Amino acid sequence: MLRTEEMLLNVGPQHPSTHGVLRLVVKIDGEAIVDAEPVIGYLHRGTEKLAEDLNYTQIIPYTDRLDYVSAMTNNYAIVHATEQLMGLEVPERAEFLRVIVMELNRIASHLVWMGTYLLDIGALSPFLYAFRDREQILDLFNELCGARLTYNYMRVGGVKWDAPPGWIDKVGSFVEYMQKQMVEYHGLISGNEIFKQRTKGIGVYDRKMALDYGLSGANLRVTGVDWDLRKKQPYSIYDRFTFNVPVGKTGDLYEKYMCRMNEVVESLNILQQAVNAFPAEGKIMGKVPRVLRVPEGEVYVGIESPRGELGCHIVSKGKDKPWRLKFRRPSFYNLQILPELLRGQNISNLVAILGGIDIVLGEVDG
Amino acid sequence: MNPWLVLGPVILLLIVLGFVTYAIFFERKVLGWIQGRIGPNRVGPWGLLQTVADVLKLLLKEDVTPKKADLALFKLAPALAFIPAFAILAVIPFTDTIQFADFAVGLLYYLALSSVTIIAILVGGWSSNNKYALLGGMRSAAQMISYEIPLVMSVVGIIMTVGSLNLNEIVEAQKEVWFIFPQAIGFVVFLIASISELNRTPFDLPEAESELVAGYHVEYSGFRFAFFMLTEYVYMFAMASLTTVLYLGGWNAPFGLTFIPPIVWFVLKFGFIVFFLIWLRGTFPRIRVDQLMQFAWKVLLPLALLNILVTALLKEVPFLGKFY
Repeated sequence: MLRTEEMLLNVGPQHPSTHGVLRLVVKIDGEAIVDAEPVIGYLHRGTEKLAEDLNYTQIIPYTDRLDYVSAMTNNYAIVHATEQLMGLEVPERAEFLRVIVMELNRIASHLVWMGTYLLDIGALSPFLYAFRDREQILDLFNELCGARLTYNYMRVGGVKWDAPPGWIDKVGSFVEYMQKQMVEYHGLISGNEIFKQRTKGIGVYDRKMALDYGLSGANLRVTGVDWDLRKKQPYSIYDRFTFNVPVGKTGDLYEKYMCRMNEVVESLNILQQAVNAFPAEGKIMGKVPRVLRVPEGEVYVGIESPRGELGCHIVSKGKDKPWRLKFRRPSFYNLQILPELLRGQNISNLVAILGGIDIVLGEVDG
Repeated sequence: MNPWLVLGPVILLLIVLGFVTYAIFFERKVLGWIQGRIGPNRVGPWGLLQTVADVLKLLLKEDVTPKKADLALFKLAPALAFIPAFAILAVIPFTDTIQFADFAVGLLYYLALSSVTIIAILVGGWSSNNKYALLGGMRSAAQMISYEIPLVMSVVGIIMTVGSLNLNEIVEAQKEVWFIFPQAIGFVVFLIASISELNRTPFDLPEAESELVAGYHVEYSGFRFAFFMLTEYVYMFAMASLTTVLYLGGWNAPFGLTFIPPIVWFVLKFGFIVFFLIWLRGTFPRIRVDQLMQFAWKVLLPLALLNILVTALLKEVPFLGKFY
């Protein structure tokens, strides 16, 4: 046997495949990973601390910048928590608009994941196809709230902007378009032998391990746990829609991919139903006092973001600002399992496994 | 002294440089077309001067050398990579008259010289004193050595059929039937192995940018980087030419369409191969390094050996024998 030496390889924070500014200190022996340690915090902005000096409406744009790939769900986490604490009623039309934008954002987020994941694995074109389709969603958002990435769309008690005339129809035609596109994606990617070889049986973990590490979202469902907060603890008007929760069996990377692709299909179903049932008339803001003074108390709400359980915990002392605000950021929790998964793998699986977790560094670092 | 001895290589170099310039442009255009984009269209008419501008930029860049690099080897590597790439073009018969050196062992010369580039890549990866470059260089060396074997084995069928290593004679032997038909297995093995030799998708592991940033040439910039880039595309030129010569009948016209000059046929077939390589890049993900090795040793090599056996057997069959 040849005597080999371990080599310390520093991956990131400027490495192209760490999806932002994640740094991994990897010990390798040849091309086999002996140990890996994620180093985070390069994008830490102290959102939770900053929020203590901001009133509730002012916090909303800060949440846009946590998970910037899916800002609408973050908006919803904070406004939903505040509404729970204040006991506010939200008009039906506003709830419909919220569900529509959140599901659109979920699709956009999964498209970004799918595109960048394939790019990590070495396929160039799916990235551009995914971004072409995501562009349509961004155009819809742009028309609705004037922003493409950081929407600042929701308010405590409703939403900021009503849907412009014809916007709902555009969402409807996007759903039809996207359903056709899914066929194309499956044709291009899902059956590709190289893609299967690179993802099947890689990065496997079981149900117990996923629960022990506190994983959520597709990372949990891929092990066969049927857990989707939209179903288990319905918030907003999700109890009105019928949809399935895609779960996997083996917990490998290929099933993660299939899970997320099927989630897109389910989101399209929800959108279809929401567009059909969209109320023609109605207010978009409930009765909300000019200055939001949240009564003393504590609340935790968890919602299903594209990445997992996005929680928002508010402790209020009766002022117009929260006394303490805490976000349960799913990417941060999901990232914990990475060193465990990487040990013993080949270095070319590193990016495949890291990409499979689907982290957004804005969310990991807070 | 024959003036062609001096002028010929210069003209060939210019043609090759022109090809490289427009192969890059063509690749970007085709990829753009596959991906629903436009591709370069700003510099010059239809973006035709884009690559020229890129090369000029590379020429004007500061020559950066890493502080702890092995300077002599670091500077030697790009030249060492390029020289064999260009030298192998000498034996390619573009038509029955345009060929620079009509060797008796042309094919062997090509295969032997092209493996020298592996040393250059290894030297480049090692001397950069960068871990990513080292990993890229090692991968590249392992990959190219592994794939050289099925590549050589796959052409043995042709050598047996023609009974010569001379590329001109190989083309002459395809007057009736191109070798792609009787040597179908060999062709598939050759094509896959040659894509791997070229380090192109789906075998572009040495430069896997998502894993190794840029592989062996990560520390190279400016003109030295341009040399590596040039080498890659010259090899593409050479390999597409060789594939045309070995399997697609070289300059021979199909269906007796001899009124079209042979060079046009050559360019057409050659262009198709180049397009095919780009097409693959637009569609495929990258294979993993251990799977790559398994594929070479467990799939391609047995197939190539099988091809030799089949060729040898069919040579003895009365009717089919005339194709072999």
